[in-house]
Amino acid sequence: MSRRVVMIATMRLLTIRRIWLSFFMLLIFLVLVNQVELKAYDTPNDDGSSITLNWPEDTLYNNYIIFKALDPEGEFEKICEVTDRTSYVDTNVAGGQDYYYQIEGRGADVVQSSGVVGPVRAVSHIFNTSRINIAVCIIVLFTAIIYYIRRARRGEALYIRKIPGITAMEEAIGRATEMGKPVLYVPGIMDIDEPETIASMSILGRVAEKTAEYGTPLYVPTSKAMVMSMAQQVVKEAAIRVGRPDWFNIDNVRYLTDDQFGYVSAVDGIMVREKPATNFYLGKFYAESLILAETGFSTGAIQIAGTALPDQLPFFVAACDYTLIGEELYAASAYLSQEPVQLGSLKGQDVGKLIFVIVVILGVLDRIIGFDVMYNLFSTVQQ
Amino acid sequence: MKQTLPLIIVFAFGFFVIIAFFVPLRAFQSASQTFETWYTGVLAFFVFIGIFNIVKVNVNKIQRRVSDWQYSIILLLFLILMMGAGFIGGSDGGLFNYLFEHMQIPLGATMFSLLAFFVASAAFRAFRARTPEATLLLIAAVIVMIGRVPIGYYIWRGFPSVVEWIMNVPNTAAKRGILFGADLGLISMALRVLLGIERSYMGRGGE
Repeated sequence: MSRRVVMIATMRLLTIRRIWLSFFMLLIFLVLVNQVELKAYDTPNDDGSSITLNWPEDTLYNNYIIFKALDPEGEFEKICEVTDRTSYVDTNVAGGQDYYYQIEGRGADVVQSSGVVGPVRAVSHIFNTSRINIAVCIIVLFTAIIYYIRRARRGEALYIRKIPGITAMEEAIGRATEMGKPVLYVPGIMDIDEPETIASMSILGRVAEKTAEYGTPLYVPTSKAMVMSMAQQVVKEAAIRVGRPDWFNIDNVRYLTDDQFGYVSAVDGIMVREKPATNFYLGKFYAESLILAETGFSTGAIQIAGTALPDQLPFFVAACDYTLIGEELYAASAYLSQEPVQLGSLKGQDVGKLIFVIVVILGVLDRIIGFDVMYNLFSTVQQ
Repeated sequence: MKQTLPLIIVFAFGFFVIIAFFVPLRAFQSASQTFETWYTGVLAFFVFIGIFNIVKVNVNKIQRRVSDWQYSIILLLFLILMMGAGFIGGSDGGLFNYLFEHMQIPLGATMFSLLAFFVASAAFRAFRARTPEATLLLIAAVIVMIGRVPIGYYIWRGFPSVVEWIMNVPNTAAKRGILFGADLGLISMALRVLLGIERSYMGRGGE
């Protein structure tokens, strides 16, 4: 009897111990699960000026307090408190110094810290690896262009597709000459740091050569003073080049205003008063594109436009006789020059485009099939 | 030398900026930023050149009594008035602000509002079904226009979805194609400029 009592008592004791043990195990598990898991690492592809901290999202916590120390045993200093975020970039770091981090998650009823993470050191990187794909694209394109330039230099005849808008430029200038009216050249409303404006200046040189040769007045109203200075020099040099320095009138290449619609009204005024027979709109345009092109249309001028902004192209297509679309604007100067070396660069550009079109098709197939090799390769471009 | 030095400057600075795009080292980044600061400084200087040009051209017009020379007087008067108001009262000052808010902004808005009429006249010409492509454009334009206004939804509930598809799929694809080509053209032009093959922007295209 007594033996049975002892056995029952022992069993009960064991059960109670098991329950307690299970309870403690559960408690330890919960603590471990709820502990904020912090990751700290040197920010990739930067100049060694930051360390990135990441932690997983947890609905238990409303905000997080981040601590930093130079020694894991030393005192941790609070560096910031963040809400609704799972990452933080610490830019207050010195190169070559080891840092230790800890994060504290705070919720309505819970406060939980992570373990100490470190040492982490900010390192300056020599090459931005997230841009390797861009570097590869540029190298491929540069190689194609240089290859065809070399072929052109050797005297090889290269076929370049005809661009109607560029071919029509000379005809348009000729028309103005026959009608005894001036030519208007609008180089866009942006400054000289825009590639479209640089391309426009290159085309202006060719247009100025022709107008100077024919003795036709050329008006170049500009919206930026720096563009005006450059345009004056371009037109002057073009006049000298064709042996007509007397043709150049510095007042015909002038600055109007930086204000977008002030510039438009001034250019519209020139169109209505002077009635140019040919209008060129080549450069970067925004909302003013249609106002200019429609006013030019109403004066009966032949109009050639070109821009790389897809949003403005429909307006030019609707209101102008010829439109240089995107790349054609950049190709125009080389095309007009008819120099073999410049034409070689256009051929190289076309071949580069073919390569990239093939890559795009492969990328689409890759995405449809689900390999995602091309997708992953190019997805770093945005970083 | 007059021709070589600018080419060397273009080559050196151009390639440096390209390299700085790929090299995150602090020295490269700070040098790249310094060049941008220089550009801003140069831009500020060009404001004076612009004003000088306006004054010169318009004074010339007044002196030679060319047609509409009276407008040049008004332009110069307001240039002086606006500058004077800015110098005396500052850019937040009463008269400067008054002229800006009650003259320049309404005049700009007037020009901008002309777009509504120009869009209508340009659309009228563009949307004539002369060729199969123009017919396609016309159909797409009609669907988009109807689908973008509330009455389109009441005519047929599917209009907004069709419009969304047209804008997001064929329209975006075409836009990206143009941008893609433009960017390749831009890289090609940049290489021509950096290597000194393209010089017409310096006024020396034929050399």
